Amino acid sequence: MITFEHVSKTYPSHNGGELVRAVNDLNVQVDEGELCVLIGPSGSGKTTAMRMVNRLVIPTEGRISVNGQDNSTMDPVLLRRSIGYVIQQVGLFPHLTVAENVGIVPRLLGWEKSKRRERANELLELVGLPPAKFADRHPRQLSGGQQQRVGVARALAADPEIILMDEPFGAVDPITRKQLQRELRRIQSEVHKTILFVTHDISEAFLLADRIVLMYRGRLIQNGTPAELLRHPVSEFVTDFIGEDQGLRVLQYTTLSEIASSAPHPLPTGHAVGTGADGNHIGGPLLLPQSMSVLDGLRHLAAVGHEAPDEILLQDKQDEITGIITNANLVMALSEAITSGETEEQGIAGGNNNNGNGSGLDTAHDIREANGVHS
Amino acid sequence: MEYILNHPDRMLELILQHLEIVVIAVVLALLIGIPLGIVVTRVRWLEPPVTGIAGVLYTIPSLALFAVLIPFTGLSATTAITALTLYSLLVIIRNTAAAIDSVDPAMEDAAKGVGMTNVQRLFFVELPLGVPVILAGVRVAVVSAVGIAAIAAYIGAGGLGLLIFEGIRTTDPDRIIAGAFMASLLALSADFGLKRLEATLRRDRPTQL
Repeated sequence: MITFEHVSKTYPSHNGGELVRAVNDLNVQVDEGELCVLIGPSGSGKTTAMRMVNRLVIPTEGRISVNGQDNSTMDPVLLRRSIGYVIQQVGLFPHLTVAENVGIVPRLLGWEKSKRRERANELLELVGLPPAKFADRHPRQLSGGQQQRVGVARALAADPEIILMDEPFGAVDPITRKQLQRELRRIQSEVHKTILFVTHDISEAFLLADRIVLMYRGRLIQNGTPAELLRHPVSEFVTDFIGEDQGLRVLQYTTLSEIASSAPHPLPTGHAVGTGADGNHIGGPLLLPQSMSVLDGLRHLAAVGHEAPDEILLQDKQDEITGIITNANLVMALSEAITSGETEEQGIAGGNNNNGNGSGLDTAHDIREANGVHS
Repeated sequence: MEYILNHPDRMLELILQHLEIVVIAVVLALLIGIPLGIVVTRVRWLEPPVTGIAGVLYTIPSLALFAVLIPFTGLSATTAITALTLYSLLVIIRNTAAAIDSVDPAMEDAAKGVGMTNVQRLFFVELPLGVPVILAGVRVAVVSAVGIAAIAAYIGAGGLGLLIFEGIRTTDPDRIIAGAFMASLLALSADFGLKRLEATLRRDRPTQL
């Protein structure tokens, strides 16, 4: 867990005189096992905020606690060894092999050589670089994406609870970046670290974050889950920063349970035969998990095509029916997405047009028309 | 040339004498200069006075420096070695400091970030990465020391300079050429060898100057 309490950092400005407030009264708590993205335009103080956690920058005011302990009372060297650190420039040591790079923190902690090697192999496997092929190479023999995988492995080496990542995928090409982001999600689902992740890429933030902290000019603007930022932006700035794909994202980050009415009594007849053994819809209401996003729900609706039901029933993990979504619920969710996103022709439902049975509205334009919203 | 072929034993002896003076002087300069180079990157205000003093020493003509040292160390190889050590200091100190300063800031950031102490950073990162730059300094020091050591024969330090001074005294151009030729050959081969070593080391250290 990382806690910022009234943290500020001021620097003397270059032209003398006034102080520059890089970070201004920041209050944030990153819970255990949470991936928190610090985002903002350049100069927003996000990197400075992150670097104060492992004391690469010393705060001017306020307090930062790491797992409940004030980090200003800790030995910076020991503190840093207990926190994983990944930077955009990767910073692998060019004169050491890949395995030696991964094992650097264990080496500083005095682990034996064989144990270091074993740990390095284990982590190279985890980040998708087979040790037999990569362990004894030098960093210069690796591509940028592979180098950053090694960077991530290095951060994980001593099994720290906390990892700091400073725009780790900023310097690789877009395709590799997508790949690395997906890999990070997979790795995080295995290791459950507390991660503070700095980026200026909003798509990256939405893809990875459990929590997003949006900063501007050193101040915290909004702190919340991706869905909260999308659906309840605190200001125009947040909306602008989130940008043009907002409508689509609203659907992606709203779960079906959020737009459902409570479970109906009695249950509609035939609910149990909503889906056949082969997974195809065979009439009756559609059964979907309550944690599914609205976007995926719409995709399902589109996929069942002409057999589309009038209602969707939601199930929890124990297969209990927890809610019902009617066409009216759906239309409301869609219109909310469209009015917040104000984007043209997103084609959200995709594919089948089933006008007539009520679920077939298939483009943003249609829904806007149906709701009498005109741009 | 004839002299070289007719006196192989003497040539070898003089070459070894010459090399001995140069090697001892440069090793001493490394032992003093590298720590000083490290210190000036840690205590920044020391850099101008330290490199300033080394710079002044460097500009003193060799014969004058020998003359200053003779009252203390006499007409001997010791005088020559002391003078050559002082001459080599400047380039060693400067290159050591430059080597440490030229380490990529991202590398320093990573080294700090993984939890290296100041000393660990020096030995795990800065010095290993800086070796090629320090070696470039050694190369310059060795080449100039080979040249200056030839003059040291004048104060009884021996070496290839002896042939040159003998040649001048006896108006024997063959000896002068033999001494000068071997001294140049020595300087060139040291330069070549150290350059090769530097290139090999640079291969794994792509971020250097």
